Amino acid sequence: MSNNEQSLLSVRNLYKRFDISGGLLDQIKFSGGKFSREITLVKALNNVSLEIKQGETFSVVGESGCGKSTLGRTIMGLYPPNSGEIYFNGDRLDQLSPKEMLPYRSRMQMVFQDPYASLNPRKTIKQTLEEPLKYHNPQMNAGELRDRVEEVLLQVGSDPKWVTRMPHEFSGGQRQRISIARALVVDPEFIVADEPISALDVSIQAQILNLLMDAQEQRNLTYLFVAHDLSVVEHISTNVAVMYLGTVCELADTKLLFEDPKHPYTMALLSAIPRLDGKKSERLKLTGEVPTPINLPTGCVFHGRCPYANSRCIAEIPELKTHSDGRKIACHAVEEERIR
Amino acid sequence: MSSLLEVKDLVIKFGLRTGDVTATTGVSFTIEKGEKLGLVGESGAGKSVTGFSIIVLISKPGYVADGHILFKGTDLTKISSEEMRNIRGNRISMIFQDPMMTLNPVLTIGTQMTETLLAHNPKMSMKEASEIALEKLRKVHIPSPEKRLEQYPHEFSGGMRQRIIIAIALITDPEIIIADEPTTALDVTIQAEIMDLISELCETEDMGFILITHDLAVVASVTENIAVMYAGRIVEKGRTRDVIDNPQHPYTKGLIKALPEGAKGSNRLNQIKGMMPTLTNIPDGCAFNPRCPYVMDICKTDEPSLIQVKGMDTQAACFLCKEEVFTNE
Repeated sequence: MSNNEQSLLSVRNLYKRFDISGGLLDQIKFSGGKFSREITLVKALNNVSLEIKQGETFSVVGESGCGKSTLGRTIMGLYPPNSGEIYFNGDRLDQLSPKEMLPYRSRMQMVFQDPYASLNPRKTIKQTLEEPLKYHNPQMNAGELRDRVEEVLLQVGSDPKWVTRMPHEFSGGQRQRISIARALVVDPEFIVADEPISALDVSIQAQILNLLMDAQEQRNLTYLFVAHDLSVVEHISTNVAVMYLGTVCELADTKLLFEDPKHPYTMALLSAIPRLDGKKSERLKLTGEVPTPINLPTGCVFHGRCPYANSRCIAEIPELKTHSDGRKIACHAVEEERIR
Repeated sequence: MSSLLEVKDLVIKFGLRTGDVTATTGVSFTIEKGEKLGLVGESGAGKSVTGFSIIVLISKPGYVADGHILFKGTDLTKISSEEMRNIRGNRISMIFQDPMMTLNPVLTIGTQMTETLLAHNPKMSMKEASEIALEKLRKVHIPSPEKRLEQYPHEFSGGMRQRIIIAIALITDPEIIIADEPTTALDVTIQAEIMDLISELCETEDMGFILITHDLAVVASVTENIAVMYAGRIVEKGRTRDVIDNPQHPYTKGLIKALPEGAKGSNRLNQIKGMMPTLTNIPDGCAFNPRCPYVMDICKTDEPSLIQVKGMDTQAACFLCKEEVFTNE
């Protein structure tokens, strides 16, 4: 692949399945007079490919259960993928042993959604922030550790005097600042932020978003931003991938995607956003429910809810094809120009 | 002719060992038939407790310390709990946030729906009740309702459960529905469906609707009137369009500009510095003064009351609106 040089992270044909069938006894089913063993798989990611360039904010959006968090976690190596390749700076990550993965861990960090759950309640802020530093830099002495923690706390807008406090003494916004500090303290290049602001109040959300944008500018960070709040995504990202049932259905430059969505699911998703101006866009209303990722629909995963679906959509899985304006769309209807 | 619901100078306190904590102060609003009101604020602003107080459902140690809640002229704070039981869930219904938590997992949908009806109409037969339940399920657009009545909550998706909760709230043909963050736990496409459904029902059934939420955009797309709460006080109220297009109180202004959509092209979002004070620690004067970019001396000593903004339908609790120093930049 020629664009390997510019992209910091690339994901190719990633598949992730979760086995939820339980133990052997749970797997045994009795039907038609015979015992058989059945394995139930949740097909969380299906053939996901994307490229994230150095310094950009790449957002993944979609409704709950579409696999966006799984994607972030699989990239981080928290879940092993079933197949597919993950490259960071040209190095293949998905087959590394935990030990071999270690040097990459300090270059890739993660910020989690719930700042109440992601900080250890029994550790002081100092302990929480020093732990990753000590781990990745065993040679650092106490003074250096203290200086680094202080520096990073100042950067996230917290008071370095608070290092002796416990997480319960902080509000949600302050905790999220500390989680961000924990990610920044090892000086990463790439951060996966999994819904970092959805647990916070509006005025605090703005503070944290500004903080993330400032940190990106100062440290030339690359973000993979996982979110369901589309107006936030529109504001901060350079590129957006829209996911539905573990599949990327549209991937484009933010401006292009929000101004002129092409994939029917993107259209439906965008027109469902409540807007401050109170204007209702001519909404592409969806009918039906999101199917379960255990039994994926045949063909295009969206065909059951798509107003443009035809027999080809039911039979054949659409490929993610690059169009002349650079966006990628996986839709037969767009390809055949049945939409507009 | 009295309003459908009138809340007057409501003061809610929580009696703690260390002394009373005031959760809301001087909250007043009215709602008419078919009107949709949005009660907006961040967590801890007192919006939910206001909603709960209307159906007299604040649990101890909380209590209504002062003020009146007039439902068609009857003061709900003064009637007996017997009489209140007749109104709560019958003439005023409530929809809660989490559709996973509000349904009983071990009872069928049918049982849960008819239970409400039978409780309020002991003479009603089971058959009649089931028929009404079916009719309401149809009204909230649930496909094949006959089959659905026999099912348990775990067999429904989040959006479907919220529809069922709306159907339960509607079952006694209430005159007011209070919804506390009804779509916060749902996805945007489902949220859009549920909000459309609620708007449609308010129109067809001529109900009053109070939407309690933190999401200004949802309020903008659903309600006609809005009241913005901060630290237990209403800081601004008026017509939704007026308040959102032309906010008067610095808090409302800040809140709108903190949204990516309200930031209008600028890269940085406006942030309101600091955070909402805890209820035990509300500053003197205007509760917003430590965070306000336009703070004056008077704000630190005197508490502003809601006043009519000149030339507008909006009321705001800010000295700047009175002094007319506050120009729209």
